Amino acid sequence: MKPAPFVYFAPQTVDEVMDLLRQYGDDAKVLAGGQSFIPTMSFRLAQPEVVIDLNGVEGLAGLREVDNGLHIGTMCRQRTVERSPLVARRAPLLAETMPSIAHPQIRNRGTFGGSLAHADPASELPAVVSVLNGRFRIRRQRGEDWVAADDFFISLFETAVGPEDLLLEVEIPDLAPGSGWAFQEFSRRQGDFALVGVAVVLELEGHVCRQARLALLSVGEGPVRAHLGEAALEGQPMGASLLQRVAEIVAHQDIDPPADIHASKDYRRHLAEVLTRRTLSQAVARAAAD
Amino acid sequence: MSTTAASNRHPIRLTVNGEVHEREVEPRLLLSDFLRHDLRLTGTHVGCEHGVCGACTILLDGAAVRSCLMFAVQSHDHEIETVEGLGTAEALHPLQEAFRDTHALQCGFCTPGFLMSLVPFLAEHDDPSEEEIRHALGGNLCRCTGYQNIVEAVRLACRRQRQGDAHGLGEGAVPGEMS
Amino acid sequence: MSSRYFGQPVKRREDPRLLTGGALFVDDVHLPGMLHVAFLRSDFAHGRLNGVDVEAALQHPGVVAVYTADDLGDYWRPGPLLVPPPPIEGIVFHERTQVPLARHKVRHVGEPIAVVVAESRYVAEDAVAEICADIDPLPVVADMDAALEAGAPLIHEDLESNLAAHVVQHKGDYETARRQATRVVSGRFTYDHGIAAAMENRGVVADWDGREQNLRIWDTTQAPIPIRNGLAAMLGLSESQVQVIAPFIGGGFGPKIMMFYPEEVLLPWISMRLNRPVKWIEDRQENFFATTHERGQTHEAEMAVDAAGRILGIKDVFLHDGGAYDPYGLTVPINSQCTLLGCYRVPSYYSEFKAIFTNKTLVTPYRGAGRQHGVFVMERLLDLAAAEMDIDRVEIRRLNLLAKEDFPHDHQIIYQDFAPLVYDSGDYLPAVDKAAEMIDWQRFIAEEQPRLRAQGKAVGIGLVTYVEGTGIGPYEGARVTVEASGKVNIATGVGTQGQGHFTSFAQVVAEQLGVDIADVRVTTGDTREFQWGCGTFASRGAVVAGNACHAAALVVRKKILALASELLEAAEEDLELVDGKVAVRGVPKTAMTLGELAVKANPMRGAVVPGTEPGLEATTYFGPASGTTASGVHAMILEVDTETFDVEILRYVVVHDCGKVINPMILDGQIHGGVAQGIGNAFYEQLIFDDEGQLLNASFMDYLLPTSTDVPTIEGAHMVTPSPLNPLGLKGAGEAGAIPVGALFAQAVEDALSGLGVKIHEIPLSPHRLFDLVHGGGSQHGGGSQHGGGSQRGGGGR
Repeated sequence: MKPAPFVYFAPQTVDEVMDLLRQYGDDAKVLAGGQSFIPTMSFRLAQPEVVIDLNGVEGLAGLREVDNGLHIGTMCRQRTVERSPLVARRAPLLAETMPSIAHPQIRNRGTFGGSLAHADPASELPAVVSVLNGRFRIRRQRGEDWVAADDFFISLFETAVGPEDLLLEVEIPDLAPGSGWAFQEFSRRQGDFALVGVAVVLELEGHVCRQARLALLSVGEGPVRAHLGEAALEGQPMGASLLQRVAEIVAHQDIDPPADIHASKDYRRHLAEVLTRRTLSQAVARAAAD
Repeated sequence: MSTTAASNRHPIRLTVNGEVHEREVEPRLLLSDFLRHDLRLTGTHVGCEHGVCGACTILLDGAAVRSCLMFAVQSHDHEIETVEGLGTAEALHPLQEAFRDTHALQCGFCTPGFLMSLVPFLAEHDDPSEEEIRHALGGNLCRCTGYQNIVEAVRLACRRQRQGDAHGLGEGAVPGEMS
Repeated sequence: MSSRYFGQPVKRREDPRLLTGGALFVDDVHLPGMLHVAFLRSDFAHGRLNGVDVEAALQHPGVVAVYTADDLGDYWRPGPLLVPPPPIEGIVFHERTQVPLARHKVRHVGEPIAVVVAESRYVAEDAVAEICADIDPLPVVADMDAALEAGAPLIHEDLESNLAAHVVQHKGDYETARRQATRVVSGRFTYDHGIAAAMENRGVVADWDGREQNLRIWDTTQAPIPIRNGLAAMLGLSESQVQVIAPFIGGGFGPKIMMFYPEEVLLPWISMRLNRPVKWIEDRQENFFATTHERGQTHEAEMAVDAAGRILGIKDVFLHDGGAYDPYGLTVPINSQCTLLGCYRVPSYYSEFKAIFTNKTLVTPYRGAGRQHGVFVMERLLDLAAAEMDIDRVEIRRLNLLAKEDFPHDHQIIYQDFAPLVYDSGDYLPAVDKAAEMIDWQRFIAEEQPRLRAQGKAVGIGLVTYVEGTGIGPYEGARVTVEASGKVNIATGVGTQGQGHFTSFAQVVAEQLGVDIADVRVTTGDTREFQWGCGTFASRGAVVAGNACHAAALVVRKKILALASELLEAAEEDLELVDGKVAVRGVPKTAMTLGELAVKANPMRGAVVPGTEPGLEATTYFGPASGTTASGVHAMILEVDTETFDVEILRYVVVHDCGKVINPMILDGQIHGGVAQGIGNAFYEQLIFDDEGQLLNASFMDYLLPTSTDVPTIEGAHMVTPSPLNPLGLKGAGEAGAIPVGALFAQAVEDALSGLGVKIHEIPLSPHRLFDLVHGGGSQHGGGSQHGGGSQRGGGGR
């Protein structure tokens, strides 16, 4: 379990990174926290010719407030996000989610942007950033783009970040007033990838849902938005029977989960229903308390 | 690009347990292997090489990380602490002392990883609940102890820490050889 | 005599080194000029091996040598049969043992095909990737039932079928008992055990010194002396030329007792051939395929009971998955067969099993070693009978327990040590009562459970018993020496993997010699230090080696007293050994240190009197005629989340009897660790194979070891029924904690889900499996896999 040889670069500026990406393109992989990538290399499932290490690049690790929310740099450590008072205040859903990601020893090294750009369908952050309406700032070989979450996650381990692009930072906008939010997942052990997870943001006006954003993890090729479930919520007064009905819609219409050694399709659907109902109830309660 | 290099071996300079080391390493060399086999600091153990077992946990600039999930070349200009930097057999670190007093190790292979995960935890927790302790241990696997006495060791270390009894013959331990 | 050390929670002598990173493990051995080894292993579970092309690998920079089976010449031969079949009438046993490198055929994924020796492990792995093995896949035997069907592909083509063994043992006449029974309960039970997953993988360093003509081997083995003897014979060396050192070992649990693994056989040969030190350290991925497993059995069992619920007889017919080779004989299924009888009076018993060759990694003992499987069947049958006859689950156990006056109790069948299965001693009823009291059985069932159920909580309670045959022969030895410094040295042949032998053996000896334990040094697992012995297995270290240490200490004590009596001109009865000194009782000024006495016992002038020996030293052996039977009762309360089917253990109680206890702190640790592994077995760990014999979860991301948040606090109590079979009254405890957990977990989960009518006839369980049982869907073991690797993370976060 030793990685195959590779050529290593440790650039210090984004411009240098972009030059290397242009030069090596598909042969190169960027190394962020490495907490998924390095074991993949040790199993020799990944054998990149060139590794471009982002850990010494200036200006990628920031976490700052902007008018409408937060900007989190791609190399900001997950542990930093988890412990940031700014995040707790302006993106409480994110703060609540962070401890579910692996273990502190992983989060000390793992990065916010690395996880999002890796886009593992079992990861928490893609689903949570999706319901938070996050936007992704991507440096291209020519210029920059801001990409919305819905357009960012394309399929299994594939995002809007192309082989010669670099994710620079992520914008997490503030929640609208009167929002409720929740994240829950079910994993076999603390820190494991979840069998199913659900993230939700609800904007309520009184008892009525103005807007709902619901996304699930580990049920598809990326974060899966539950559009039918969202539609069934919007414009409706919140109540236990509605939440149960929405949970059933999500589990049976929005998702087509895979089977693997840890969970069958049926069990995943079942968990999705349970967790959707539980997160919705929690989000409604939080919105009401707001 | 003067700041990058494409040669097969890279010079690195790092501090381990307060001592500066300079070496040349192949970029693919895992930090765990570098510490164990290049620096001969064999207290850091390797149990899985895919970041799950936690036996290779070290402190990187004070934060607990898996040394099997980093390349040695990435440790350039950083400060590392390993289990060898805690106490000595003659003068154990209070955490090590608490592990011994509570029989928190059997084969001892996972132990250095637990200790290095716990050093920052203890610095931040004065009187943790059992749930907090168990969560703090969640990223380290032990196959011998069932964790019960490790939980006990953390409790004891915290109690002594609260009492300012750094070197450890506080309550729960009898001087000499008895537990 | 007062007990200064024996029975005390003495802190471990080995801990300071382990805690500071200063203990030597095999991978810590660094030798000048050392080369590193990696193996090419089969990707196929079954295939015809037509040839191996190693040319490209040989050309790889940094590669020193590449070997295949053809390079081994006469050294290529199947490994020895470690445990022959026991003397049971009519037994069928086909011996097929593992080979160092595959030749003509591969029989399980991970079987080694070629070995690369290179300047570093990194380079060795690069070169392994360049070897081309030409393999034609053959149909795979992955399922035990299919293995025995006519026309099934043959794993060993010189045999008529994939049957490895067929064993029938019986006592009394079950059919008559069945006719007389008021009720017969029956079921099909499957019990699957997993892998030991010691935190340290295996490893071997071999160093042939051509000038000294000596071979030194560091090996993660539980049995250094048999390894030394076997390797010397294979390599044509004298045993005195071979030194095997089992230094600190990072957990054993059984698979490290398996001897003459291919790597263990090859590394010394390579070192001699190249005249250089070589190192192989198993990585975690290899460990899943190359280190032995335990795995599963399927039992069709029934129990005949009378109107009161008393057992009249049991019939059990089972299949045992043995993997591709059977060097460890029948230890695991015989343990299942014998341990099934448990703490109970069983007048008639018919037990029949077939061991099956499958295209999977070899099965050898892993902590519990098949006992779990037997206990599961027995305890589940009792639960079935209790349910059908409306008897309380604890009550039906009380009713059937062997009574104190039944000991010694002969079960009239043959155990794994080839001796009749006779329980030496025990007292089971007080242990059951104690456990029931600790878990508050009556009140929980009468009050707590109805109250919690009314709140919608699916809580369940369980209580099970078990025995563990421990401390089997043939023998271990120890040498105890008082040195001129007054310090005491103990050497014994067993290896140690965390059991605290450095401390418990020192306690036994310090007790007899009246020395400070800090002055006692223990060496285990180095063949240069002690030449004779077997190994650490079957919960025998403390019992057999502990009693050998005790016996040697008694001889040394006698020598001390004899010499001191002469020198002090006092009767031996008037002498006492205290604080490292011998003195006439009540006359402190007569005191001589043991060091002074040791010097006098080893004079520089004068002759040693014929019939005496120099020094204060003794080597003594202890060989029990048969094993001693430890026992226990476990009880638990758990809650099932009936939506997610996760299970939380709320309380866990262990009442255990392993006779007299050397060090209660170490004993408790053994129990805790055993229970944790049992919980892993019950709810987290399972090796999942597909139809092609591919292991689908070969990583710590997908093979789930319990973590600190999965294992409850264990409340323990000890009963002490000393064994009459050894002077210290000890019974083994190493495996006890792990044995009954599956049976207990199943009982408690079934109780928690009783409203849903779920029957649990299998272990391991999982939330997914409980969902299927409740909702009536799915295949038994998680169904087919679309994603090979599943989706667990553990550590590899991002």
